[in-house]
Amino acid sequence: MIKVRIPAQLRTLTGGTGEVSVEGSTVGEALKALDNAHPGFADRIFDEDGQLRRFVNVFLDDEDVRFLEGLPTPVAAGQTLSIIPAVAGG
Amino acid sequence: MDFVSGLRCRECGRTYPAEALHVCDYCFGPLEVTYDYRRVAATMSRERIEAGPRSIWRYADLLPVADAAPVDLGAGFTPLVRADRLAAELGLGELWIKDDTANPTGSFKDRVVSVALTKARQLGFKIAACASTGNLANSVAAHAARAGMESVVLIPHDLETAKITMTSVYGGRVFAVEGSYDDVNRLCAELTSEQPTWAFVNVNVRTYYAEGSKTLAFEVAEQLGWQAPDHVVVPIGSGSQLTKVAKGFAELWQVGLLDEEPSVRISGAQAEGCSPVATAFAEGTDVIRPVKPDTIAKSLAIGNPADGWYALETIRKSGGSCASVTDAEVIEGIRLLARTEGIFAETAGGVTIATLAKLVTEGVIRPDERVVAMVTGHGLKTVEALAGTVGPTATIAPTLEAFAAAMGDERERTNEPTTRSA
Repeated sequence: MIKVRIPAQLRTLTGGTGEVSVEGSTVGEALKALDNAHPGFADRIFDEDGQLRRFVNVFLDDEDVRFLEGLPTPVAAGQTLSIIPAVAGG
Repeated sequence: MDFVSGLRCRECGRTYPAEALHVCDYCFGPLEVTYDYRRVAATMSRERIEAGPRSIWRYADLLPVADAAPVDLGAGFTPLVRADRLAAELGLGELWIKDDTANPTGSFKDRVVSVALTKARQLGFKIAACASTGNLANSVAAHAARAGMESVVLIPHDLETAKITMTSVYGGRVFAVEGSYDDVNRLCAELTSEQPTWAFVNVNVRTYYAEGSKTLAFEVAEQLGWQAPDHVVVPIGSGSQLTKVAKGFAELWQVGLLDEEPSVRISGAQAEGCSPVATAFAEGTDVIRPVKPDTIAKSLAIGNPADGWYALETIRKSGGSCASVTDAEVIEGIRLLARTEGIFAETAGGVTIATLAKLVTEGVIRPDERVVAMVTGHGLKTVEALAGTVGPTATIAPTLEAFAAAMGDERERTNEPTTRSA
């Protein structure tokens, strides 16, 4: 299982919980599985082209997936994905 | 009473009430404070401003919170210094330095923090928090102390000593995080979800916080006799300050405080070791690729700038430019400003001055323009950057002979004519 950490803005989709577990072998698959389990996620985090929205950051453990291979980045059981609003800091 | 009409998503236009929200619940776009400008225009006047306090709060009508006793250490209304000696060196006609080293904790961050914590207190928050590259940490810790709030500040562990000491002295909690600023920022973005009762000034209160930077534009215009300059050079960390400077000039015009519609070219300054916006500008793309920063300009070392895209858009629309400079140029920029104008800036100021020089050389900034450079932080915060570069002329014994010998050596070294006997 892959742990997905959910930001406050999206917890209405998970019944208030900040962490859910999903299956998947890539970041993209895991996020799709998240949308299957809790419908509404895809709409919120992907743009019309199926890419991550400009202001959504996804981290695999401590690394921004944009520094990895993006949505096709492989994930393994035990890893954690974090969905984080990008607009912060500075 | 403030003139805020609400919050609006910059991306999708959804509107929200003026609460502790920073991103659109739907698309995660940044929220922007909107005002009832007709009511502001009916209230705000040059006379009303000039009769106000000598701080950012003289512009309260265009700030997102009204409070008769704001959380205030005296931020803002810093000197706008006519820089003729620097202008002569660079080949410019009229150059001004906005000297924000003169703020209470030595950087422009006092502007944004004073606004953020005043709003946070109004919203009922008791704890002030932030992710910081140092200047913000100093300011949040100080303003929280002033307001009797607790503070929780998170910084990268490898900041300059002065910034760590200065943050810690105010008595709040300071966490040095083993990671880069972007790591700290991510941690704080996550913490905001877990600690909803904390006011992270640059996360959940960021919408209000960022508005404080407009006061840089307000002051520059007022100090130039209610005129906007032709060209402004602004350092880019997150890009927020740059976009808010543009918003500030536009608002002054909108509420009728300027005689002429401003047409301000805005140029961005970055360090080469962290230049995602300058790179996108040079490449002509809309995509800001995050980077792993490596520069002595730690206060600008944000590899994934939240407002990078908007800063880029603002620069392009204004007819400005964006450039980056090497660490060696940063140090030269610090020394040039100090040597010509007596202002000691931190590394971010060195970035601004070096970029200014570069853009003059490239012909982007022209001698016929009235130019303002934003010098946003004090040099005492980043003395490490100058280690080995500047120091005493000589170390001598306390005798006239030793002084004469050292002075003679120095004259010889600098080829100074010896008109008087030693």
